[in-house]
Amino acid sequence: MSEPISALNHASFDGIARIEECGLQGMITLRGDLSDKVVIKAVKDATGQKMPGQREAFVDGETGVCWMSPDELLVLVPYAEVEAKLAAMQDALSGVHALAVNVSDARAVFRVSGPTAREVLGKVAPVDFSSDAFQPGQIRRTRLAQVAGAFWMDDEETFRVVCFRSVADYVFKLLKVAAQPGSEVGYF
Amino acid sequence: MSTRLAKQGRLIDRSKPVTFTFNGTAMQGYQGDTLASALLANDQMMVGRSFKYHRPRGIVASGAEEPNALVGLGQGNRFEPNQRATTTELFNGLTAISQNHWPSLEYDIGAVNTALARFLPAGFYYKTFIHPKPFWKHVYEPFIRQSAGLGKAPDKDSRDADTYEHFYAFTDVLVIGGGVAGLQAAKAAAQSGAKVMVIEQTAHWGGRAPVDGGTVNDEPVDKFVEQLVSELETMGNVTLRSRCMGAGVYDHGYVLGYERLTDHKPGTQGPRHRLWRIRAKQVVTATGAIERPLSFAGNDVPGVMLASAMRDYVVNWGVTPGERVIVATNNDDAYRTAIILKQAGVDVLRVIDARPSAGPLADEARSLGIRVDPGKAIANVKGGKRVKKVAICNQEGIGGAREEVECDAVAMSGGWSPVVHLWSHCGGKLIWDEANAHFRPDPDRPPLGADGAGFVVPAGSANGPLALGEVLADAHAAGKAAAKAAGFKPKNTKAPQGETEVEAPMQAVWLMPAKAEVQLRMKSWLDFQNDVKVTDVQLAAREGYESVEHTKRYTTLGMATDQGKLSNINGLAILADALESEIPKVGTTTFRPPYTPISMGAIAGEARGEVFQPIRRTPMHDWHDRNGADWEPVGQWRRPYAYVRAGESVHDAVNREVRNTRENLGLLDASTLGKLIVKGPDAGKFLDMMYTNMMSTLKVGKCRYGLMCSENGFLIDDGVVARIDEDTWLCHTTTGGAERIHAHMEEWLQCEWWDWKVYVANVTEQYAQVAVVGPNARKVLEKLGGMDVSREALPFMEWRDGRIGGFDCRAYRISFSGELSYEIAVPASQGQAFWDALMEAGKEFGVMPYGTECLHILRAEKGFIMIGDETDGTVIPQDLGLHWAISKKKEDFLGKRAQERSHMTDPDRWKLVGLETVDGSVLPDGAYAVGEGVNANGQRNVIGRVTSTYYSANLGRGIAMGLVKNGPNRMGEVIEFPGTDDKIYKAKIVDPVFYDKDGEKQNV
Amino acid sequence: MLILKCPYCGVDAEETELTAGGEAHLKRFGPGSSDDEFHDYLFARENPKGVHFERWRHSNGCGKWFHAARCTATLEVFGTYSAQVTEPPQEIRDAISAKRPGWTWREFS
Repeated sequence: MSEPISALNHASFDGIARIEECGLQGMITLRGDLSDKVVIKAVKDATGQKMPGQREAFVDGETGVCWMSPDELLVLVPYAEVEAKLAAMQDALSGVHALAVNVSDARAVFRVSGPTAREVLGKVAPVDFSSDAFQPGQIRRTRLAQVAGAFWMDDEETFRVVCFRSVADYVFKLLKVAAQPGSEVGYF
Repeated sequence: MSTRLAKQGRLIDRSKPVTFTFNGTAMQGYQGDTLASALLANDQMMVGRSFKYHRPRGIVASGAEEPNALVGLGQGNRFEPNQRATTTELFNGLTAISQNHWPSLEYDIGAVNTALARFLPAGFYYKTFIHPKPFWKHVYEPFIRQSAGLGKAPDKDSRDADTYEHFYAFTDVLVIGGGVAGLQAAKAAAQSGAKVMVIEQTAHWGGRAPVDGGTVNDEPVDKFVEQLVSELETMGNVTLRSRCMGAGVYDHGYVLGYERLTDHKPGTQGPRHRLWRIRAKQVVTATGAIERPLSFAGNDVPGVMLASAMRDYVVNWGVTPGERVIVATNNDDAYRTAIILKQAGVDVLRVIDARPSAGPLADEARSLGIRVDPGKAIANVKGGKRVKKVAICNQEGIGGAREEVECDAVAMSGGWSPVVHLWSHCGGKLIWDEANAHFRPDPDRPPLGADGAGFVVPAGSANGPLALGEVLADAHAAGKAAAKAAGFKPKNTKAPQGETEVEAPMQAVWLMPAKAEVQLRMKSWLDFQNDVKVTDVQLAAREGYESVEHTKRYTTLGMATDQGKLSNINGLAILADALESEIPKVGTTTFRPPYTPISMGAIAGEARGEVFQPIRRTPMHDWHDRNGADWEPVGQWRRPYAYVRAGESVHDAVNREVRNTRENLGLLDASTLGKLIVKGPDAGKFLDMMYTNMMSTLKVGKCRYGLMCSENGFLIDDGVVARIDEDTWLCHTTTGGAERIHAHMEEWLQCEWWDWKVYVANVTEQYAQVAVVGPNARKVLEKLGGMDVSREALPFMEWRDGRIGGFDCRAYRISFSGELSYEIAVPASQGQAFWDALMEAGKEFGVMPYGTECLHILRAEKGFIMIGDETDGTVIPQDLGLHWAISKKKEDFLGKRAQERSHMTDPDRWKLVGLETVDGSVLPDGAYAVGEGVNANGQRNVIGRVTSTYYSANLGRGIAMGLVKNGPNRMGEVIEFPGTDDKIYKAKIVDPVFYDKDGEKQNV
Repeated sequence: MLILKCPYCGVDAEETELTAGGEAHLKRFGPGSSDDEFHDYLFARENPKGVHFERWRHSNGCGKWFHAARCTATLEVFGTYSAQVTEPPQEIRDAISAKRPGWTWREFS
């Protein structure tokens, strides 16, 4: 194999917030019965995290797990470990009805950071970004202007935004417009 | 003349002069001026011409309701027509031009229309341009297009130089309007702890209260506003946004706010406008009231102005529109204008009051030496481009026995109408208030939210009250009510005490004088911008227009860019009178958003230029771009149509790619094909329902071409399905079909067969997929080395996992070209590297990338169908001769029952055939074949159509496929296709497989 | 622009996150059904002014289909509920009855 390349190869932009493509992130889509002990254990083994509840995201750096729907999780592991973790997970889940697939290359991940990060996202997603409505520990699947996307907060001023790889260029340019200099909203 | 006063002007900074131009003439204003106040300060009375008669038009109002003072603003990429001077903040370097005249504002050819006014009555266009019919296209329409529209559209080569954005905000209570009512309502709501946002269309807080005066809690009202604003600013749960207009109120508490960020300071970094997309649990409409004009002859002459506007110009901007002013009114409020003008040193000649008597304000006016004429009316205003004199008569009467008084400006007041637009946008109903002669919100019929309860609360003047004390009390209660409805507990606080002069009742005056003779009525304007007069509405009524909505369209009353803010009530009062009905029975026209026009840029937001729409890119997109790709949009994807080399036409490139792929080696970026993983104990059963053919019996390691139909029986997608393991399948979909088919599968799994154990995941973008096609396909893969790709190890229609050239991959032995072909999937992050490796290794085998047009030609040569070409949502697989892909063993699959319906089994259905032109030319795409006879419309009967047509470089002739009535039974028959080029194309019906009929090339 | 609460992910989703999916609680007719049954299944739809049951998908969100009961005249939403039912649950019917006494829709009331 040659050196894997993420969609935008760490492109970045500094406006009222910093926008950067995070590079490769190991990601596994896991579908199954989230109350099943086998599934819970497989998640724990892969990420060290407990099973997230509705719209919860337990993420620490490149490892974690996000609730995507009542029967779907997004499992995050370091890119280099994804094949091994996936194999272990598939092995552990072999006795139950579940689906675990590698989607690391199907996605792009951005970091939006800075004091106005909430405002930048508030320009592209129909979501209440006030701190009493959205906090670290939560994930939200929605649209980013015209494409599907999801995000969670690493801390009070940092979002990680996930979209499909094919629209990485669109989302990057979209976030750049949203973070253009002089566009502070002063709302949050 | 109209001029700047030595004193006054609470909003201007006289230490900061500002230079601007109007029609090329340099003028001076001050910071804080609007363009309108600055024009008046420069004695620019006439600012434009009306739409129909090209009558001279002057500034009438001081705010958003202005119908006349529309100008073209800016230049080049920043030129914008139809901008209201009254809401345009002045800045250094502003350039404005007047509109709707030629050759100049002062001398205008189109003004001849005014002389022809008798011949241009209401409905003129409807009556005149009907006959003779052929005139419409060549005479009438060009003429109407020429004269339509006020301002000039921006130059077609110009591009908006600014950026725009949207912003989503969520709040408990949104207050629209930052006048005293809005601010007080906001405070009352915010004291409950509710999150409150206040938006105000102007740059200033307090609305018109600081101009109108009065006291609040014994302090001057402007002090009160100042304190209230600073109090709200310190509240953490309150957001205040000025220069942000409430543009529209929509279902479920959705409100659009239109924020103008840099219009007053162009060149500033950042977006020009921001469209706020607000969700509010409760909306308070504190939108104030608008003064009505009076309908008297010559009320459109420049210099005739709303009394409140004239007051605004004096108090806010230190400008008087005239030096000798006459005030005409039907209420006490206009006396404030008379008093303020007089105190500013302006000569106020008369107050002409239609009523027999007035309140204390009249006494105050008299005490200042102003002559008050009760029971009088303006019979006529004389003057062309500005007011010269006024003829005065008795209000009761037809307008005789006139007294003429020379003057240079007229202030008029016909009473006040609450701004009910935002209340009404989402269904709020109105009631007629007899005392104030206006419509106000009906508290029992508010717009309803998601919970079925009202979500809009009107406050202050927007709710009817006009006196300061009542306004504050009403707003305070509205704020509390909104907070309560939003789920908060309002504080038990009292409204501040507002005091103003006691006013005597107004008197409804819809025509001045009351029984004005026709010569006066035909010069009494209702709609200044669209030139609708009292007589036009009366004519409409005589001609049978009873509905106010019909009258509006027939006369164009209220259809201009101001949407009748000044004209609607006066117009429908005239209509009611003409119909001998009552105003509330006639009703209003529908109030539609936006409140005033908002920029197209704000609506588009960020969606322009590079982010106009998402463009989906494969991992090899940039390579294609660098290597001559002529792009073709396929859904949101961009795929190379062909790779054009220097000196080649696109057609040349396609032919080269076609020949090379058949003779040597072609590479196609097939990453866009959808890939869905379907897994579970019931996955086989599920796929048997999804596809027309049997997928549950597919052996692990093998591939099968599958067809998908909707419940209607029509073909919706196709693709190769691979069985990965005992309970896992991988389904390929068409390009652009992945999301649609994924959703289709999920719909059936979630809504119909939710007890089936199946999971689906869309892994389309996980892989870069390359079709390696041509006689040398195996050679290049063998050269790269790795997995065994021999005929024995990887037979046709099978797949294997392995490594090729060091890349982890899955190789499918499938062919959409009829050639020896592999589709190799590698992780997307490896896609470019793998493509590079194939290009490098393929050099000795004559490798060339090929695009979608080559792909199409190769498949058409083989008679393979393409979803979207051979199918159009009305085609079933049986039409396409795909019976072999429809299981006869299965009891059920989506579409099976539908395909049994009588029309679907009709032997005369149009069916797929090949078409060969007799002369080898290429059939026009989409051409219809004609048969015997004509249909009911006298058109030739059609018997088929072309679905795919290409030039085949391999065969050296045009080839085509088409759907022809009973086609497969008509082999050899020659049918005719009339082209749009007037040629008749003759084509023979043949087998759709043109090339390698026995499939020897792909199975090697 | 409507807001519907997705019963699966709990988000109050505005319409731009949702895709409308037509009438709810259709009973599928397949092979073996009569022409009339199949015709009605494919084409016959309620078009009420008032109480209506619909299918929606949280397409720009958790991807789940769900049901919504709402009033087509006022856009009042009586409730949203699981897609995995063949008829409106009792609590939804009760919620509608509280607001629209005597309502009927197809065979439900």
